[in-house]
Amino acid sequence: MPFQPVILWTDALVFLLLAVLIGVVVYVRKREHLRKPWQRVSQSPSGMVGAVVLAFFVVIGLLDSLHFRVRLDGAAPAGKSVYAVEITSVLDQMLSSLRQRPEKTYSAPLAYRSYARETVELPGGRQVREYPRLTHGGAHLKDPEKEWAGDVGRRVLAGGAIGFILWLLTGTILCAAIAHRSGSSLDRAWLSVMRGELDVPWRAILMTVGLLLILASITATLAAKYHVLGTSKVGEDVLYQSLKSIRTALVIGTLTTLVMLPFAILLGIAAGYFKGWADDIIQYLYTTLNAIPAVLLIAAAVLMMQVYIDTRPQAFPTAMERADLRLLFLCAILGVTSWTGLCRLLRGETLKLRELDYIQAAQAFGVGHARIITRHILPNVMHIVLIAVVMEFSGLVLAEAVLSYVGVGVDPSMTSFGTMINAARLEMARDPMVWWSLASAFGFMFLLVLSANLFADAVRDAFDPRVAVKPFRFSLRGALRKKAAT
Amino acid sequence: MIGYIVRRVLYAIPILIGVNLLTFALFFVVNTPDDMARMQLGAKRVTPEAIERWKAERGYDKPLLWNDSADGIERLTDTIFYDKSVRLFVFDFGNADDGRDIAHEISTRMGPSLALAVPVFIIGILVNISFALMMAFFRATYLDFWGVVSCVAMMSISGLFYIIGGQYLISKVWHLVPISGFAGGTDALKFVILPVVIGVIGGIGAGARWYRTIFLEEIGKDYVRTARAKGLRESAVLFGHVLKNGMIPILTGAVVVIPTLFLGSLLMESFFGIPGLGSYTIDAIQAQDFAIVRAMVFLGAVLYILGLLLTDISYTLVDPRVRLT
Repeated sequence: MPFQPVILWTDALVFLLLAVLIGVVVYVRKREHLRKPWQRVSQSPSGMVGAVVLAFFVVIGLLDSLHFRVRLDGAAPAGKSVYAVEITSVLDQMLSSLRQRPEKTYSAPLAYRSYARETVELPGGRQVREYPRLTHGGAHLKDPEKEWAGDVGRRVLAGGAIGFILWLLTGTILCAAIAHRSGSSLDRAWLSVMRGELDVPWRAILMTVGLLLILASITATLAAKYHVLGTSKVGEDVLYQSLKSIRTALVIGTLTTLVMLPFAILLGIAAGYFKGWADDIIQYLYTTLNAIPAVLLIAAAVLMMQVYIDTRPQAFPTAMERADLRLLFLCAILGVTSWTGLCRLLRGETLKLRELDYIQAAQAFGVGHARIITRHILPNVMHIVLIAVVMEFSGLVLAEAVLSYVGVGVDPSMTSFGTMINAARLEMARDPMVWWSLASAFGFMFLLVLSANLFADAVRDAFDPRVAVKPFRFSLRGALRKKAAT
Repeated sequence: MIGYIVRRVLYAIPILIGVNLLTFALFFVVNTPDDMARMQLGAKRVTPEAIERWKAERGYDKPLLWNDSADGIERLTDTIFYDKSVRLFVFDFGNADDGRDIAHEISTRMGPSLALAVPVFIIGILVNISFALMMAFFRATYLDFWGVVSCVAMMSISGLFYIIGGQYLISKVWHLVPISGFAGGTDALKFVILPVVIGVIGGIGAGARWYRTIFLEEIGKDYVRTARAKGLRESAVLFGHVLKNGMIPILTGAVVVIPTLFLGSLLMESFFGIPGLGSYTIDAIQAQDFAIVRAMVFLGAVLYILGLLLTDISYTLVDPRVRLT
């Protein structure tokens, strides 16, 4: 084999989560009453825009979760293959041109000269202090002062054009699918999509996809010859760092909920259903956990983990595996501190549900506790669980940055938005300022959290029966059309 | 009422014991004092004698829970558990790793923490309420729509961005206030004003949006329709009725955090160099000074329980329908 797959702990859990999600989708598709709220989600323009951007991030994160070691050619004795020590992911391979073009130190976005002055020796033996040319960024330019603007402009145009063509292609495929479904012609489908006449806000979705495609292809054409977002202190491409950080953020946002859910669901329902001493113990448990300031509990646990790792270096063969285990542990401890809120909600809801007639009837018929809980209570609290999970995500992504700043976040060797911000923070005082690392980390994080928030809002509006206030619709025309239809 | 409070205070005791046991388990059982000593001393200077000396200086050389070598009651009291955990109950925090008295540090650092946290809390609530009321007044218009949009956008921005961006723009580019530092008396104003503004702005997104839903929920109720039916102007309905009733969940939600204001803000204080409890905690975490972290965990738990108690009491004060028994 040309490579040897490596499955890290978090990879395994990420793909387990993916499998569960696919299973849920298949299950929900078959059932009308479960499909209904999701249809409402799909009709929210802001929610779908969020979902598209989120999907883009998830694809990057998944590509970055397929790890392997490349086979080394040549050195291996006959019949045996030797694999590289370094663990890389599919994303690393796709971005190998970014990864393998380090500069010496900082350089501004799209720059062709270094940020720092260096003493350069001229052929005549004379020495001058100047900003040296970068080894990779803009190295193809012969006379950069004159050619640079034209070259960047041409690349932006070319990238934009490619992106636009790709967008037209996806749009056409989508419209063809819609036309095929509704039995109308292709241009009819285009028209109704662009006029926003369909239930699903395809226009907003297509616009977002178009924007993403055009931006991505512009970045790709520029990245072939430049460092689009500049380079960091050790000369690493900031765009590459930002893309790598996405996986860390997604892992923290999703795996934490995976840890949290069993606690919250089991204990919350048990407390509400059994009442009495079980309720007392569970309430005591979550009040105690809540009483400890979350940051301090996380800090204490992570410090303990740090001591554990430092005193047992032999347990972790590579730095990557150590960082990965630390990430998993961080998720676990975040999960332990954050299950209390959902648990309290579930307890309250179960207390209400267990007094309802149909559950009283089930008890009177002699149905067992386990069966009542799984058949009657669990399905009726799932909407709370779902809302909590999607709302939690963005908070966790933001929390990671803060925790890494405090020094109790992910392993310093792991790329994350927090470590990027932490490293760049001290460079604010330089003149001229090194702003690009900071700006990229904040920009990517903002995009991720904003799209997650938009999607979460749409999910909450669709699932929460208590949302009495109808969300204000942006499209006045849509409202009028609905009025006319009724 | 008094009986209720007494019962609640008694109920706090098992919770504090739980917190104490948990931190004790985290700090002494999962990792032994030997591990801590090795970590603190660094890889180069680790010798068995150095570890013993480090432990002896800080009182970690005793047995964990049960001292066989002592007599009588000393068997229980001459242990790490008694020294380091039980004493917290009488607010005897002991010394930090650098030998300073933690209780003294806490009492001197509380002032700067409050100087920052109290204005952020009060101004923040006022700003959020005004913003939310404005959105509720212009509900279902473009003003409301864009208000909610900007709230969601502001919620999505990392708190670190507000701090770093504000520091850069106001202190470094415009030179309006010093970047960081602190001074006593009225001089504190110029150091505190920027963090307060940033703290308030950082909280608008989530706060105003939450309050807006509270107000909109109230607006949908019957008494509001009655008020309108009897001919009250919309502004009178909003300020006279909706605001008053909406204040019940807002106030009770705010009361729970009042005691924890003492702990200060971790990020703000460390970025702006304010010598409060927040920066004390961060420094302790970064220096891995577990004695301080333990003290802060205990203090935080006490204040949290106090907050819960205050919430329950404030319910009865603002809402006469609630009776505590």
